[in-house]
Amino acid sequence: MTYYDPPFHLRNKRSSRKKRVVQRTEGSMASSNNFFPSASVTSSGRPVFLPNEIECQLLSAVDLESDDGPSFPSLKSGLLILTTHRLIWIPSNSSAHSNAIAIPLSLITHIFSSKKSIKSIFHSPRIRFQVSLNSKSLVVTVVARGKGDWDGFLPKFWENWRGRAWETSAGGSTADGSVTTSISGTSSNSGGFYLNDGSVRMVGLAGILRKEQEMWESTDKSLQEAFQDLNALMSKAKEMVMLAEKMRQKLLSGSNSETNAGNNEEMGSKEEMQDWLLSVGIISPVTKESAGALYHQQLSRQLADFVRTPLERAGGMINLIDIYCLFNRARGTELISPEDLLQACTLWEKFDAPVMLRKFDSGVMVIQNKSHSDEEVFTRIKTLVTKPDALQAGITASDAAMTLGIAPAMAKEHLLTAESRGILCRDISPDGFRFYINLFPEIDSDDMHMVKDHGIYSLWVRVVSA
Amino acid sequence: MQKLGDFKLPQFFNYPPYFTLQPVRDTREKQVQLWKDLILDYCKTQHIFVIELEEEFPLFSNPVIERSLSHEARKAFLSALVTEGRAEWLDKGHRKCLILWHRIQDWADIILRFVKDNGLEDGVMTIEEIRSGIESRGTELHGIDRTILMRALKLLEHKGKLAIFKGTSTDDEGVKFSV
Repeated sequence: MTYYDPPFHLRNKRSSRKKRVVQRTEGSMASSNNFFPSASVTSSGRPVFLPNEIECQLLSAVDLESDDGPSFPSLKSGLLILTTHRLIWIPSNSSAHSNAIAIPLSLITHIFSSKKSIKSIFHSPRIRFQVSLNSKSLVVTVVARGKGDWDGFLPKFWENWRGRAWETSAGGSTADGSVTTSISGTSSNSGGFYLNDGSVRMVGLAGILRKEQEMWESTDKSLQEAFQDLNALMSKAKEMVMLAEKMRQKLLSGSNSETNAGNNEEMGSKEEMQDWLLSVGIISPVTKESAGALYHQQLSRQLADFVRTPLERAGGMINLIDIYCLFNRARGTELISPEDLLQACTLWEKFDAPVMLRKFDSGVMVIQNKSHSDEEVFTRIKTLVTKPDALQAGITASDAAMTLGIAPAMAKEHLLTAESRGILCRDISPDGFRFYINLFPEIDSDDMHMVKDHGIYSLWVRVVSA
Repeated sequence: MQKLGDFKLPQFFNYPPYFTLQPVRDTREKQVQLWKDLILDYCKTQHIFVIELEEEFPLFSNPVIERSLSHEARKAFLSALVTEGRAEWLDKGHRKCLILWHRIQDWADIILRFVKDNGLEDGVMTIEEIRSGIESRGTELHGIDRTILMRALKLLEHKGKLAIFKGTSTDDEGVKFSV
């Protein structure tokens, strides 16, 4: 199979999805996969990790290819996750998540060194390795067409393969995972966390020291090389900055001017420019919606999984602040900031998570199930508030909390919402903040003393007169 | 039925939320409407012309349910009456409110009827006599607030139905009718 490398303007996954002829199908719809073991994936699209397996790197829009022949499944444009034990590939199409596969690093027999050449600068980064499956030897190529830290991925791939984390259960030389993730300090590391296992990886001191030593040596070497190139780079840098600025201005003016239907061609070239800028690594100023860094996407999925248990325990609605505490406590290290949490919640609507973020008028933010129904809650409140005791004395947020089975703060939000819908009225007094069923609509403004025979008003009159 | 003096109170007077200023717009509108009508009704039957915000006003508290209107609530309801033209603030600080359970125009009509009933079409009468004289007993004019009476008389003067003349003191202020 000859390999076809598309030109710049087709490179970016975002554009190829939009309107051009799709060169590749997304996900592997018809993968009769008898090649690779399949990988379990949660309902939010996160992989299920093995005990002691740690997630290290993520790459998006990755193809897995092979020269082997037509029987090799189509594995195009998925998310590649490198862990200490496996290479997990998840199709980007969420309905095809069941087709996720994993290549155990233990089955890799050889990784081919990637030669840097003029040609390789213009192609998508790739790596070839030999893997032994079902007593057959196969050469697989990983082609990274999307965003992701390739320069971080490649050395980590080598390292994890050499590290052989699957051979030891804990301790000693398998210091690779948890320690070097913090040393290499790449931003796309999410570190993984274990709820059921609860164990922390045992780290041998010798292993840490050895790793650090190796790290310093390689850094030193690359610094030396860099300084030689630095002068050359500096002179080019100024030119590049000016060029980028010109591009940016052109794009901005292009978006501001009125582009009518007849201006399709101009729109086309503008998109090309946008894609080219992106592939060079400059963020386009005219992007309306950020797809979110890969980190946030994965965090968002992880959070959706995590949130389900606490949500159930809390009766279907939980304060965002509580989730912040619970989530960070579970993570242990690599805590997330409140902004990250908020960003992760807002990304849920992008992949149809079963949970959603909701902001009340009072400003309180909660997480609730998508299936949560306000109307159902109001019905229950109405029932509660028309009982004889409640007709006499009203209800407090605590009373509602007990009946609804949720926290008092959440109950108060529900009561306030019911009030704003005209179902309840408030009563503020030295006795406290209470709510009554709203009788005002039934009171006749033309005849103050009139009480109709039917309705809540007459029921109320009867109850309080008794 | 609960009473305040001899005034019959409606059932909803015992509904605690009635005494808390409601934030929701539709509910608030209804609440304001009911309070306006209640205030006017009460003042009319009790012949009350002025409400002082800082003084105790029996209508604004209900000891049975242990609730009373906050200062803010009282102000809100009285202001609503002012906006509707059924009341007026007597001072800049909005502490005293004149209640017009009859509009000035209505009072003017009552005065005219009074004049006709007593054959005073060309007559003369002092202000005090209109307010507390024998003829006024049994009529709504009896005990009418001086400010309101003067306003009604001025309205009629403007229409040419009478002329107000000043005496040596306020006791001598009088009216010459020409109805």
